[in-house]
Amino acid sequence: MTQTFLGMPHAPAGVGHLHGDRPFPAAARDALADTQLRRNLGHATATIRAKRAAVVGELEDWEDLRRAGEALKAYTMANLDELLLQLETAVTARGGIVHWARDATEANQIVVDLVRATGTDEVVKVKSMATAEIGLNEALADAGIAAVETDLAELIVQLGHDLPSHILVPAIHRNRAEIREIFLREMPDADPSLTDEPRQLAMAARAHLRAKFLSAKVAISGANFGIAETGTITVVESEGNGRMCLTLPDTLITVMGIEKVVPTWTDLEVFLQLLPRSSTGERMNPYTSTWSGVTPGDGPQTFHLVLVDNGRTAVLADPAGRSALHCIRCSACLNVCPVYERAGGHAYGSVYPGPIGAVLTPQLTGAATSLPYASSLCGACFDACPVRIDIPSMLVHLRSTQPHPVIERASFGAVAWTMGSARRFRFGEQLLRLGRLIARRGRIRRLPPPLSAWTDARDLPAPPAQTFRDWWAAR
Amino acid sequence: MNARPPAGSARDAVLARIRAANSGVAAPAVPRDYRRTPTVSGEPLLELFVDRLVDYKATVRTCAPGDLSSTLVDICREWTIVVPPSSGLTVPGAVADDGLSHTQLDEIDAVLTGCAAACAETGTIALDAGPDQGRRAITLIPDRHVCVVRADQVVHTVPELLARLDPARPLTFISGPSATSDIELHRVEGVHGPRTLIVVLVA
Ligand code: SF4
Repeated sequence: MTQTFLGMPHAPAGVGHLHGDRPFPAAARDALADTQLRRNLGHATATIRAKRAAVVGELEDWEDLRRAGEALKAYTMANLDELLLQLETAVTARGGIVHWARDATEANQIVVDLVRATGTDEVVKVKSMATAEIGLNEALADAGIAAVETDLAELIVQLGHDLPSHILVPAIHRNRAEIREIFLREMPDADPSLTDEPRQLAMAARAHLRAKFLSAKVAISGANFGIAETGTITVVESEGNGRMCLTLPDTLITVMGIEKVVPTWTDLEVFLQLLPRSSTGERMNPYTSTWSGVTPGDGPQTFHLVLVDNGRTAVLADPAGRSALHCIRCSACLNVCPVYERAGGHAYGSVYPGPIGAVLTPQLTGAATSLPYASSLCGACFDACPVRIDIPSMLVHLRSTQPHPVIERASFGAVAWTMGSARRFRFGEQLLRLGRLIARRGRIRRLPPPLSAWTDARDLPAPPAQTFRDWWAAR
Repeated sequence: MNARPPAGSARDAVLARIRAANSGVAAPAVPRDYRRTPTVSGEPLLELFVDRLVDYKATVRTCAPGDLSSTLVDICREWTIVVPPSSGLTVPGAVADDGLSHTQLDEIDAVLTGCAAACAETGTIALDAGPDQGRRAITLIPDRHVCVVRADQVVHTVPELLARLDPARPLTFISGPSATSDIELHRVEGVHGPRTLIVVLVA
């Protein structure tokens, strides 16, 4: 190597969907005024929470799986260079082609060039956080290539010309009547007698996309896991649009964040149990596809894997923040977060909303932001996280390292009711502040009763000197 | 293998960043205290499998080995059927897949296959494109999938399932028919994948 590059650049601004254009409090205020959105979100998060709790309760070894998942991720990050090289070798040996991208701009250029080389001007896409993060659809559009989102929710978002609001159910901010209107307006083949019954709407999407699947030449996907040992890429989904994209086109381009690598095939046994139960609250999601390079006579005969950094190495370089890279994008932490439930996904200004977004987004971008304050530090996200990411401690850490952002003053009165039961919320925060007094070296080992029942099960990060509400009120 | 990319490439830059970020970081040992062996077998295992399949809206038929042919004929009687070219499982009148186009497959009512393995705890069937399963397209495009599972293919846990599979092969894990909850969280079974999954358990 002729040059040593020790700089750890963040994800660049001006490309992709990490840098919000409005500060969290301002965007959250709008969301709070939207009763429909809050009702939908409240219903969605409550439903998924209940389903998750039921299927997690079925497994007596759930905590053992979480600990294995946590350690596997830490092991992976510590050996990330070796594992990526192993993945590259295995994919290449099986007929795939591996590309590396320093950032979003470079990744987009690689994909645009690959699609151009096939001569097609339309690609089908499987829902993918990574491609949303880098703004791939916009880059393709600039190059005259239409990207068709095939996940039902992503299709609703795309046809409605807006942005996803939840990792798992991106169109949760839309109700059935709105979806019907969007379909009638944007799908030339939609039947005008279409009702707003969910089954009818889903079948309209099926009919609309079927012709595209059967004739698509190029598909673009993300990856839930990339197994270093075998070069096996894994996509987890529900609707079958993933299988369509991964099976029928001639060329498949998979965009994968470098942190998605998993050491061995056997290790997948941990994540294939943790992810579906945490995410959709199912024992197993309807479809999971795995493939290793190219299989003659079966599926795409050209396979490209694009490995993307885009600020991930900057996260890796922070000892107190790097475990944000362990996230398997299940969205469980969103569904248990009282702030997310009220503010909604759009307020976070990033493809990564909720508690994980509040820690991951600022670390990826390196930009000053109010996101680390978008939390009451209640700890529910840690308890829900299948890989035990200590988001509350990380939020405290980020608050201490991030300069307080200069944002326009928001009157506290307008958002005082933000947290629903404001009095209870305030009481909780006062208890937390009390907690500072009994914290030792930044961790609370034990709270006085009745909260001791909680700290018996887990360490609570010491709360910051200033609570979310104090901070909000003071601005 | 490809020639090594030139120095100063994105690959070298990303790897250098990772190494710098990781200096002094030790990898932890991975505890594997979770279940990796079965705690249920025999009749209760199959009952668990059927229970999970039904819970996820698959249709289940159980039959003795000697009754498999007649059971399949009965299930498939109204439909045009495609089968993999060298499958041991077929019904009279079935079309063998000799490289049918996507459009041709779209005209066919149902596909009849075996499977590579199945997991009772999650109600999951795994396909590995083996001789009785065929290439992935044939189990995807037709609207109905009739899948034969032998009792000895059913394991209890996810770790046992993965241990039975070869990741070098293209694999599809199926747990019930395709589904979406994207519209107001209202579950709709059957979107793009086969809208009907019929499992024939041979025990
Ligand atoms: S941080 Fe944990 S709970 Fe949140 S999305 Fe990621 S893996 Fe799931």
